[in-house]
Amino acid sequence: MNNTIKFKIDGKEIVAEKGKTVVEAAHDNGVYIPTLCNFPGVPPKGGCRMCTIKINGRFMTSCTTPAAAGMEIESNTPEINELRKSIIELLFVSGNHFCPACEKSGNCELQALAYRYQMMVPKFPYSFPVKEVDASSPKIIKDQNRCVLCQRCMKTIKTEDGERYFAFENRGNNLEVILDPELGKKMSDEIAKLAMDNCPVGSIIQKEVGFIEPIGTRKYDKVAIGTDV
Amino acid sequence: MSKKIIATASLAGCFGCHMSILDIDERILDLVELVEFNKSPVDDIKKFTKRVDVGIIEGGCCNSENVENLKYFRENCDVLISLGECAIMGGLPALRNGIPIKECLAEAYLDGPTVGLNTEKIIPNDPELPMILDKVYPCHEVVKIDYYLPGCPPRADLIWDALVALLTGSEMDLPYEVIKFD
Repeated sequence: MNNTIKFKIDGKEIVAEKGKTVVEAAHDNGVYIPTLCNFPGVPPKGGCRMCTIKINGRFMTSCTTPAAAGMEIESNTPEINELRKSIIELLFVSGNHFCPACEKSGNCELQALAYRYQMMVPKFPYSFPVKEVDASSPKIIKDQNRCVLCQRCMKTIKTEDGERYFAFENRGNNLEVILDPELGKKMSDEIAKLAMDNCPVGSIIQKEVGFIEPIGTRKYDKVAIGTDV
Repeated sequence: MSKKIIATASLAGCFGCHMSILDIDERILDLVELVEFNKSPVDDIKKFTKRVDVGIIEGGCCNSENVENLKYFRENCDVLISLGECAIMGGLPALRNGIPIKECLAEAYLDGPTVGLNTEKIIPNDPELPMILDKVYPCHEVVKIDYYLPGCPPRADLIWDALVALLTGSEMDLPYEVIKFD
């Protein structure tokens, strides 16, 4: 049993393998911590801060923090949940997230988090930024209005040779994730679907399959995100 | 208990939220017992004739008339509710927010595929017409809004439960399925 450690989340004892991050250990033990930019199988970056928790009284991101024995963690508390809700609200006002017109609606993780944390309206003013839509690829649409810059597509969508389909362009406020124009032209249906599925929002949309699932049968229509943890 | 007074308006909306109110089906009979409608497209009362308890706003503000109407509601209603995505975040009309207003008008009246009858190439400019705003604004960025009911349209169950809770002062327990943004 040398390979396991014990710590506590909201008073519940968590038994985890050494080397796991806090969020992995929590999910293995049936404790949900919300994530957005984190994706299984790729190194965490702690960018979106959705998985913020308090370890021994200090705010940390649970996706980047290795679990350690004896940690006292707060996660599902009014203070932290309010913080998470504010992050969701900031993401909603900093892009153009028109859910009624989005093909990803119902399967969108950002929207599902807003449902789970009961966002009725963001407390911040909408910025309505001017963004472009790149529909040059025959297989997908890259819509910058909805991109949350999580890098999940950059890290997971690659050619057989390991070349990335997506990359960052510009800096600061103008930072965008763009599709490589040449690779975009040669993209297969399988890669297009994977790219759409791995995108947590509706920024990558596979062409010719929009609104394929009727309302009521989509992933988060009836079940809140995280209930399967 | 005396009946509460309700008023409704559709600003830059599609009337879908008003239609969703009708989706409460036979509960509309209970609604008649509970409330009296004042200014509303439902009864076509144009001006407030008394103080209103709850004003329900569908749609955001895309022109000067929407703004005047919304302020008129705020002055005359104790509680004001934003109903639906357009009132809450501009909704589909706000898709024009990234496009300069000149381009919008040119596409609608001069260059678009359906402008054949506009042979004199006139952009409507009668002084009677409300002025279009630079962009579409959510209602709470124009006046204070007290409550928000999201959805496109908001589910009838959400509207009903929220209204009954508000009017009777009872607790509201919203199931997961009723809060949706589409």
